[in-house]
Amino acid sequence: MKFTSLLTSAAMALGLATTAMAEDKTKVGFVYVGPVGDGGWTYEHNKGRLAVEEEFGDKVETVFVESVPEGPDAERVMTQMALEGADLIFTTSFGYMDPTINVAKKFPNVKFEHATGYKTADNVSVYSARFYEGRAVQGHIAGKMTKSNTIGYIGSYPIPEVIRGINSAYVHAKKVNPDVEFKIIWAYTWFDPAKEADAASVLIEQGADVILQHTDSTAPQAAAQEAGNVITFGQASDMSEYAPFPRVSSIIDDWAPYYIARTQAVMDGTWESANTWDGIREGMVAIGEISDAVPADVKEEALALKAAMAAGEYHPFTGPLKKQDGSDWLGEGETADDGTLAGMNFYVEGLEGEIPQ
Amino acid sequence: MDLSEINPVLLVASLMVAATPLLLAAIGELVVEKAGVLNLGVEGMMIVGAISGFAISVETGSPWLGFIAAAIGGAVLSLLFVLLTQVALANQVASGLALTLFGLGFSALLGQGYVGVKPPSMGEIHIPVISDIPVIGPILFQHDPILYLGIALTAAVWATLKYTRVGLILRAVGENHDAAHALGYKVIKIRILAILFGGACAGLGGAYISLIRVPQWTEGMTAGVGWIALALVVFASWKPWRALLGAYLFGGITVLQLNLQAAGVAIPVEYLAMSPYIITILVLVILSADKSSAPASLGRIFHASH
Amino acid sequence: MIVLEKRPQPSKAWSYATPLVAVLATMVCGGILFTLLGKNPIEAIGTIFWEPLFGEFAFYYRPQLLVKGAPLVLIAIGLSLGFKAGIWNIGAEGQYIMGAIFGAGAGLAFYPLDAWYVFPIMVIAGAFGGWLWASIPAFLKVRFGTNEILVSLMLVYVAEQMLASVSLGLLKNPEGFGFPGSRNLQAYDSAHNAELIAGSGMHWGVVTALIAVIFSYILLNRHMLGFHIRLTGEAPRAAKFAGVNPARLILFCLGLSGALAGLAGMFEVSGPSGVVSIDFNVGYGFTAIIVAFLGRLHPVGILLAGGLMALTYIGGEIAQSQLGLPAAAIQVFQGMLLFFLLAFDLLTNYRIRAARSEVA
Repeated sequence: MKFTSLLTSAAMALGLATTAMAEDKTKVGFVYVGPVGDGGWTYEHNKGRLAVEEEFGDKVETVFVESVPEGPDAERVMTQMALEGADLIFTTSFGYMDPTINVAKKFPNVKFEHATGYKTADNVSVYSARFYEGRAVQGHIAGKMTKSNTIGYIGSYPIPEVIRGINSAYVHAKKVNPDVEFKIIWAYTWFDPAKEADAASVLIEQGADVILQHTDSTAPQAAAQEAGNVITFGQASDMSEYAPFPRVSSIIDDWAPYYIARTQAVMDGTWESANTWDGIREGMVAIGEISDAVPADVKEEALALKAAMAAGEYHPFTGPLKKQDGSDWLGEGETADDGTLAGMNFYVEGLEGEIPQ
Repeated sequence: MDLSEINPVLLVASLMVAATPLLLAAIGELVVEKAGVLNLGVEGMMIVGAISGFAISVETGSPWLGFIAAAIGGAVLSLLFVLLTQVALANQVASGLALTLFGLGFSALLGQGYVGVKPPSMGEIHIPVISDIPVIGPILFQHDPILYLGIALTAAVWATLKYTRVGLILRAVGENHDAAHALGYKVIKIRILAILFGGACAGLGGAYISLIRVPQWTEGMTAGVGWIALALVVFASWKPWRALLGAYLFGGITVLQLNLQAAGVAIPVEYLAMSPYIITILVLVILSADKSSAPASLGRIFHASH
Repeated sequence: MIVLEKRPQPSKAWSYATPLVAVLATMVCGGILFTLLGKNPIEAIGTIFWEPLFGEFAFYYRPQLLVKGAPLVLIAIGLSLGFKAGIWNIGAEGQYIMGAIFGAGAGLAFYPLDAWYVFPIMVIAGAFGGWLWASIPAFLKVRFGTNEILVSLMLVYVAEQMLASVSLGLLKNPEGFGFPGSRNLQAYDSAHNAELIAGSGMHWGVVTALIAVIFSYILLNRHMLGFHIRLTGEAPRAAKFAGVNPARLILFCLGLSGALAGLAGMFEVSGPSGVVSIDFNVGYGFTAIIVAFLGRLHPVGILLAGGLMALTYIGGEIAQSQLGLPAAAIQVFQGMLLFFLLAFDLLTNYRIRAARSEVA
């Protein structure tokens, strides 16, 4: 029985420690869908967590659980964090939506922040990034730089988030290069580096000299490097190890400013439920350094486009735009509303192929 | 839609690359199963090989040392399987599954410092003249050395099983371990060597993904290749050349599917993604007429006191 | 020299003692691992094993053990019958998925009808989905002699693709703004597999798992069919002389294990999970194979093994958030536990003897 009593005392010490800590520290929990070592989505969220720790030092305690499957496991992990005194919990995957709402009902005093969803409550905010703004910059550079006029695009699953990115990139590539053509491959996986590598080589073999990816691994970068004359863009993280060529720029998810602001709000008691969809202006979407492989004038235009979006002067989906079937979508000067964008399930005019259903 | 954009030469060349990790792992498992052992831990050994190879080649700057380390890493992990199934006589199915679970976790621990690192490149063998022959050149003579190693291993395993005494003993052990024991062969020792060989091959296959095909390290990056390799062995009805063919078929379907998508053919992706598995089942049905192929002692525990 | 000597009878004492020895060995090795990772080993192991059962928030974790353990036990019970007869269904993951798709599909077809019979129909549909999926390898084995290990495994991947397909198409929530995933069945009362007593974790899946344990115990010990199953596994030739029809046995064992896995999927999707989504399956079907073996294919053993696995999952999550242990370390820890449980099982059937070295 000695061993058991040892365990008891350890557990008690632990219990006391957590209670003591809860009094003066703000406790922030993070629920991750992948491992922090995925080099992409979860990796960037974890960087946001580390930024929170750095910003607030002793005043904050962060905890995280990684590779949490969506569904009941997520619900349990959130409940556990709430029970252990978390004041604020970030749940960082779309599939955590209903679990977050369920747990939030049970803990009205704990604040929840759900990434990429659409259900809010008094103590549940949602937040997401306007990655399509970054896609606009990519599309511009891609349209200018392609010599074969063929741009390859690797998508994960046909969901609004990915379709929005394809549309945005296409609109801006087309604007600067009317002959441009998109080849789209749906990988039907969130994560399979080998398959992403295959998809990239296939696109290159079929004449693409620019590869855009909506998957997180660097496999397409390596495939492009091997091919030699193909450019790519980093996704989710900077992927600067492939700069200056083939990686000429990147879209970076920068969650740190948001995480710091929301933690601060909880500390100050000013936290309110919100629906945040931030872009380049707020710094949630960052454009990684545009390398010297891009001609100076193109780089300048791309930066100007970025600056226009940062200043709120330009919306990537500004009319006139038609849907793929030729029907009108946006009139002259009209910009897309967030509702349509959030649920986007159609291609814009000019894109070929169908969205798989 | 423009099918003319699909370049058959490049398609064949890239399916060979896509097939190599599968082939390496499957050839190893084939030898293991020929010796009468079913090791379902291929995925675990592959991923451990992937990280060992990646880490060593990053540290030393030599992809060759990386591949050697991958083979050793896979073999060391398979040693755990040896301890469980050959020494402790535990059930092979459960031990293999546990091995995969352990390998996935262990590799993630080892790999914590290697996320976002770029490994040294191995380069391709480029032989002047013959590499430049149209069609044949790109298909046969413009690859990395490990791809050729995979084919060479296939040939070596085939020849060993078919023509040598070692192969004969191995098959005897797999067919009827009691009889092999009675004839004075060291059943356990032979099986241990076979398992280690299988582990080394799986490790090589994993490193091919992390060092050549992708090349990067991320947790769980083998993404199920080990399981397909297991299917491939049966698909090949335990014959090395058929394993090669099967690997190319599996790799080919994936590459073809992606090619069709890129060419704008409206294909139901999820149904095409299913097709390698459905085809395997069909082939299994067709091959099951050939009952002679499966090692008779497959998966059975051997203990000399029986 | 040390030799193994087969016991004439499996040792009763060791069969009870080995799990404890294995858990202790895991604690020692796991402790070393956690120390290497810079954590206090006693604290870490204490968190994993103690916290969910007797810690401050045990009132919440204990019911969660049921929620996590029930699908494992339900699937493992089905598998164990086949395993005993030497019929290897390792595709329970696929049958679990199909059960969920069929069950949820049946429920959603009635949406928003409010009627008592919706849920029973879903139960039947879920069991049917799993049964159907397992019947494919069963039929192929009976008809063509095809290896059921491989066919059932292949069908897992087919089922996963089906799952992605229905999440993005057929079963997609029409009010979900284009996002993948079905309607949440938790919000559809007639189809919701709710907790029978609030806060207890007891839902119909847990009840079914317990019934399956009892049913399987009776079947194996008191019923002719159970005897045939055991006989076929232990002595196939004898079974033939005893008049066992192998084809019927294959269809029964695979079909039943499929139906139970399908039920597990259906109870999960209509209860704790709520939605059919691309990532609905989390590996219960594969973990259940390990659970079946850890439980030595015995119904009560499986119940305990399922509980133990659930404990390490939940304790592991607590250790992650409280101590910052990486998920990978928990996986390694679970792997060790399985290794030791499997390895020490040897002592039940064999005696270790120090023998004088003889010339062989």
